[in-house]
Amino acid sequence: MATELTTHDGQPLHKSLAKALRREKLRALVLIAPLLVFVLLTFVSPILDMLFRSVENSIVADTLPDTTRALQSWDPLGDELPSEEVYASLANDMMLAQEVKIHTRLGSRLNYDQPGIASMFRKSGRRIKRLDAEIHLDAFTNVNAAWATPASWTALRKHSLWPEAFPSSSIAWNNWAKFVKSDEGDDADPTATSPYGFTYSALHHDLKKLSSEQWNKLSSSDNSELSALFNGLQEASVSFPDGNYKEQFLDMHDGWGELDNWQTIHRLSPKVVDSYYWASVDRERTSDGVVQKPENERIYVTLFIRTLLMSLLITFSCILLGYPIAYLLATLPTRTSNLLMILVLLPFWTSLLVRTSAWKVLLQQQGVINNILVWLGLVGDDNRLALINNMTGTIITMTHILLPFMILPLFSVMKTISPSYVRAAKSMGATDWYAFRRIYFPNTIPGIGAGSILVFILSIGYYITPELVGGTKGVFISNRIAYHISSSLNWGLAAALGSILLVAVLILYWAYDRIVGIDNVKLG
Amino acid sequence: MSSLPAYASTGQRIWHYTFRYGICGLIFFYLITPILVIIPLSFNAQDFFTFTEKMLKLDPEGYSTKHYQDFFTNNDWQLALRNSFRIAPMATLLATAFGTLAAIGLSQPHVPFRRAIMAILISPMIVPLIISAAGMYFFYARINLQGYWSIVLAHAVLGTPFVIITVTATLVGFDKSLTRAAASLGATPVRTFFKVQMPLIIPGVVSGALFAFITSFDEVVAVLFLGSAKTKTLPWQMFTGLREQISPTILAVATIMIAISILLLTVLELLRRRSERLRGITPT
Repeated sequence: MATELTTHDGQPLHKSLAKALRREKLRALVLIAPLLVFVLLTFVSPILDMLFRSVENSIVADTLPDTTRALQSWDPLGDELPSEEVYASLANDMMLAQEVKIHTRLGSRLNYDQPGIASMFRKSGRRIKRLDAEIHLDAFTNVNAAWATPASWTALRKHSLWPEAFPSSSIAWNNWAKFVKSDEGDDADPTATSPYGFTYSALHHDLKKLSSEQWNKLSSSDNSELSALFNGLQEASVSFPDGNYKEQFLDMHDGWGELDNWQTIHRLSPKVVDSYYWASVDRERTSDGVVQKPENERIYVTLFIRTLLMSLLITFSCILLGYPIAYLLATLPTRTSNLLMILVLLPFWTSLLVRTSAWKVLLQQQGVINNILVWLGLVGDDNRLALINNMTGTIITMTHILLPFMILPLFSVMKTISPSYVRAAKSMGATDWYAFRRIYFPNTIPGIGAGSILVFILSIGYYITPELVGGTKGVFISNRIAYHISSSLNWGLAAALGSILLVAVLILYWAYDRIVGIDNVKLG
Repeated sequence: MSSLPAYASTGQRIWHYTFRYGICGLIFFYLITPILVIIPLSFNAQDFFTFTEKMLKLDPEGYSTKHYQDFFTNNDWQLALRNSFRIAPMATLLATAFGTLAAIGLSQPHVPFRRAIMAILISPMIVPLIISAAGMYFFYARINLQGYWSIVLAHAVLGTPFVIITVTATLVGFDKSLTRAAASLGATPVRTFFKVQMPLIIPGVVSGALFAFITSFDEVVAVLFLGSAKTKTLPWQMFTGLREQISPTILAVATIMIAISILLLTVLELLRRRSERLRGITPT
């Protein structure tokens, strides 16, 4: 008969052990938690934010809320311009946009996809105030003068059909409210004055879509004020003019009559778009689907390929230069190898900028290296080598900077290879070269793998060194990202390029973790 | 390879010496010369970036400390130096405190999701700086975090992986029975930590802190994006100097920074030896 083991307080042993294990796990997590939260807040969320920014595109829908709504019923593949309703919505949206001065921002955003559109928005913003917007206001007041009073809108907005049956008017009225607040201060009351003419145009376009049932509801409303307003409006509104905004916009800027511009606005209306990713691979979405950009605008694919090739080249040079050094350090007696190790560790510990400035000084046309070559007579004084501001500069400098990252993992792997393996091979008749090729070298492959992935990961994301010694030909994708963040301000594209680079690095990181294990990273 | 056997053939001898003094010599030369060359260049009496004839003749007139004087009197450089020394210690403190705790947690025998947590905690070291800096630039602007603290937080998080790695490495050799002995003698966990564990892992903590310090002290990408002219640091000033118009003062600064690295390297080496002695590992 099996009796259950118990601890001194009578608990079954397995329960007691499980409890202890739980407590231990909890303690470990409590210790890790502060850093984990810290890293999630200050590092992971910024990166997620960047991923979000690479697809985020609320600016179009936020700046032109009514236009994007009205554009949904337009066929971007047809050869007709949008309807009068769209232009009326545009007038209303632009009026507010120029008041709060966001139309130029929208213009620059659209300009990334449709060059030239920015100036159209700038010009239109200046001229929008001169737009004649009285056409529907007049039509409504001719039917009933009460339409010109603010009370008419208050009555309409109280009705149960608002805002569902009045999509355009409700956006237009909100725009109006924002306009008043921006114009007169936050405590201004938009319900105290009757809205500007654009709102009446929006109402006109909404009325056209009302069903007769909805008309009945409105004209037989409990609110006598509202029913009076809608009395006879249905019959009268049939003869309302359709509007003259299209004409006025075409006068303002020819671009408003071009299908391309409207297609761009239509395509970028959604709040989430993939346009930045297509731009990152030199493609764009047009009405004919995704096509390659014109030849002179293709830069990113070339840049990605160059980044990869140069990183491979740098990794390869690091293997070539690092292998002999690691071998020497691993085979010399400890005392000597510790001394020589300083020559590897000192560059490793020296500031990146110090090393980069050193190379910048050495590689210049009038720099030390060229001077020595001229003095030796290897090159003429008048054709000094161009060693900097090109690919050569980047490769020489980055190999130097990343070399310790290759030597250290190689060294720690070679240290574990017993010399008796090679001795055994030789005792059985292998030549030096054969013993190296068949015995020693295969044993060092894990070290080469670890060092190569590390160097490659560090290399493809490098920014500072290529920026300083790479000129225009020797720069990496990172430099383009930095350019878009600080100079061209195309943050969406910067985020998309960054996300692509990030994915590449994370795949390599995953591979590194598989092969080497992040626990085994050694420093110095 | 360590030494040639007496029976080595002529070919083997030639290869041995070519390899050791030719190939490896050249690679060491490539590794170390750029750093050594700028030290004498920083004492150039002229505003050139190459050795003048007077310098080559070792004429004292060819040398001067005027670039160093410029560094110590120029307001831009002095502001940058002060900022560097304001930012780095704070970032180091944060990184070391959080990193040490987490490393102790991670070295417990039973940690759920250990691999995933480790991957996240080490990622600041792996993700390209330009991506981290860009993300922080967007995100910190969104939550309206600017200036000094944004840089300190960025540098702290970039430094934590180094602290974790070094402290974890010290904890690997830590003898668990020591804490058990302390507990059996009636010490509370907190007392055990400060009296037994802490003194033994302190070399790892200090070298982690040094790594975190040098990370912050050296870091330029995050400062470029998050900082302004008011919060510029030494690397920021060097970077803009190198990009716009390179002034010889940079070489003086570089030499000072090399001196700092040598100092740090020495401290680290001494710590490593102390740690090995404490843990009873005799140097091989």
